[in-house]
Amino acid sequence: MNPPTTNTEWEYAPAPERVDPGIADQYRLFIGGRFVAGRSRKTFDTINPATEAVLSRCVEANAADVDAAVASARAAFRGWSRTKPQERAKYLYRIARRIQERARELAVLETMDGGKPIRESRDVDIPLVAQHFFHHAGWCDKLKYAFPGATEPRPLGVCAQVIPWNFPLLMLAWKIAPALACGNTVVLKPAETTPLTALRFAEICEECELPAGVVNIVTGAGETGRHLVEHPDVNKIAFTGSTEVGKRIAAATAGSGKRLTLELGGKSPNIIFADASIDQAIEGIVQGIWFNQGHVCCAGSRLFVQESVLPEVIAKLERRLGTLRVGDPLDKNTDVGAINSGPQLATIQRYLTEGTAEGATMHQPSTTPLPDKGFWCQPCFLSDVQPNHVIAREEIFGPVLAVMSFRTPEEAISRANDTRFGLAAGVWTDKGSKIFEVASRLQAGVVWLNTYNRFDATSPFGGVKESGFGREGGLHGLRGYLSL
Amino acid sequence: MAREPILKTWKLFIGGAFPRTESGRTMILWGGDDRVVAHCCQGSRKDLRNTVEVARQALPGWWARDAYNRSQILYRIAEMTEGRTAELVDAIRAVPDPDSDQAPTAAVARKEVAVAIDRMVTFAGWCDKFAQVLGSRNPVNGPYHNFTMPEPTGVCGVIAPNQPTFLGLVSHLAPVLAGGNVAIALASELNPLPAMVFAEICATSDVPGGVVNILTGYRHEMIPEFADHRDIDAIGGAAETAKERRLLELGAADNMKRVRLETVGDGDYFDDESRHSPWTIEPFTEMKTIWHPSGS
Repeated sequence: MNPPTTNTEWEYAPAPERVDPGIADQYRLFIGGRFVAGRSRKTFDTINPATEAVLSRCVEANAADVDAAVASARAAFRGWSRTKPQERAKYLYRIARRIQERARELAVLETMDGGKPIRESRDVDIPLVAQHFFHHAGWCDKLKYAFPGATEPRPLGVCAQVIPWNFPLLMLAWKIAPALACGNTVVLKPAETTPLTALRFAEICEECELPAGVVNIVTGAGETGRHLVEHPDVNKIAFTGSTEVGKRIAAATAGSGKRLTLELGGKSPNIIFADASIDQAIEGIVQGIWFNQGHVCCAGSRLFVQESVLPEVIAKLERRLGTLRVGDPLDKNTDVGAINSGPQLATIQRYLTEGTAEGATMHQPSTTPLPDKGFWCQPCFLSDVQPNHVIAREEIFGPVLAVMSFRTPEEAISRANDTRFGLAAGVWTDKGSKIFEVASRLQAGVVWLNTYNRFDATSPFGGVKESGFGREGGLHGLRGYLSL
Repeated sequence: MAREPILKTWKLFIGGAFPRTESGRTMILWGGDDRVVAHCCQGSRKDLRNTVEVARQALPGWWARDAYNRSQILYRIAEMTEGRTAELVDAIRAVPDPDSDQAPTAAVARKEVAVAIDRMVTFAGWCDKFAQVLGSRNPVNGPYHNFTMPEPTGVCGVIAPNQPTFLGLVSHLAPVLAGGNVAIALASELNPLPAMVFAEICATSDVPGGVVNILTGYRHEMIPEFADHRDIDAIGGAAETAKERRLLELGAADNMKRVRLETVGDGDYFDDESRHSPWTIEPFTEMKTIWHPSGS
């Protein structure tokens, strides 16, 4: 039976999230357990990318501020690393609980500062943040059982952590939870476009009476980050961001004796075989590339479709893409929110121009009118993409999918691996033996089979090749914060 | 009349064959009494490039072998080494230590060979066990089957320390091979002879061509080439100086090589306890996490 046809489209009524997260006009640095003005006189505005309204002003921390933060972390290290592990755990459990209790406020704040749909910050980011702290709290007193033959794993000291703007509070959790569980102290710098949830987290640390100096938050841009990672009294650097910056950090760290973990860029393949459950795969592709506006390091941005099902997949993708609602990130019905910043939008648009100029065909079926203000990009995909096209090789970090076809599994594997990156990969087929064969031959740190973009505190995440090294999450993630 | 011995120039070990260096250069090894002990190849940048090519080709085969099979091949290396103990002892003793001007005593050299053989046996055993020790099944929050397993990093440079000339090489090579990687080793510059005897052992131990490659040459020439080569995935072994370490780590930043170097003098090569840990294999593996829905 066909549904009745109608000329009138059902409109969704707006369903905005109305909680006021209480944003201050100005924020200070969090150093030594207190909010301090900082030596730097420079500040920067953080805006809502969906409206371009200024939300607050933050300190652009300078070298002296970074010095103070590192000194505070150093001073706290002695006490924190010697705190009885079970007691250390209590602070982390307490933080996890407070995050759960303040989840809605954090989700709204995350969405306002970063542009991601409230549905995602509410249902994905913040629950994972809480899980991350809760999971790692339990590791504090179990480290001696975690590494066979190494019964006295030791913390490294002061950790310099620099995180990106795509999952601001979640990346903070990935960095701070394992560092603290292992007995380290941290200085963390959030991205300059999304500092607010990190500062709110600092309030939570205060609220939970975390000993002063164990967590320090300094805000700023690239220069602040450089002061932090090049600081001589830092023992470990954890960075999530672009491969280019990751390489600069690795070079600056050479010979210094600092430990380093890097979670960098990707151009992850998503492979659909003809024997896959196509409808399920379409949902996976949507989840893989248009989740979080494509601002996902492991986004499945290269789609390889077995030739015989290419027309079907393209048709279904067009239809599904047309149903995605782009717009107000605070609206609970929104699927695709705002692009995080003006410069990022310009980058994405440059790739789109280049992609069509190189001969790819643009598919942009969504007809939702975009808001006048803010940074917006209609989610789209490009077909007729050749392996040497720029859009098939470089990380775009936007809601843009490159679709290519293949004939044999061998071809799919070799083309999927033909990249300098190796963060994640997806495979869609209902054939069990094939799926494991392909999974084992894909060069990637995470492989999603018949699913995509799943994350969990117990599941190690990280890349191979130029996507970086080290893992975050679970037992393997602890390794980067301990000396065995 | 006394018979003059036939002295060969020791060649490189690349892809299971023994080519001379393409550079045509050789180095002289001097014995204690200013006697020429041997001629060796003075390896070059081009030699390294050629070696990386064949090692890259050998990688998929070695990687795909069953761990049980790799285990037996490493054990075979140990068996073959045992049979050439006397030759290795002589090779170790051929060149004196530049500081003391003394060659290792026969007893010390025998001990070195014995420990090296036993170490190879230990790592033969690790081949089909470390994945269980280092891997995990992850209890994720949701209906997914999720597990993490180590995979080889790939083509690994192994910078052997100058001393111990044989045990140093074996100690760094064994974990790399057990992990399923292929190796390009730079032999001790002080005395590469034991390494080259070992190359002949590998060549007759069922080791597939290209899985173990050994170059000889000057550290100051070869280490920058290892550092900068973009198709080497990892660097292990030992840095003799802070400068060597910095060079290798700086070069690694360009293509995200994994670097796990010890500084000569920091560890004791004769200490089984620390050397036999699976955590010596882990730096040359990549953890792959696989998700699959379970249930309907």
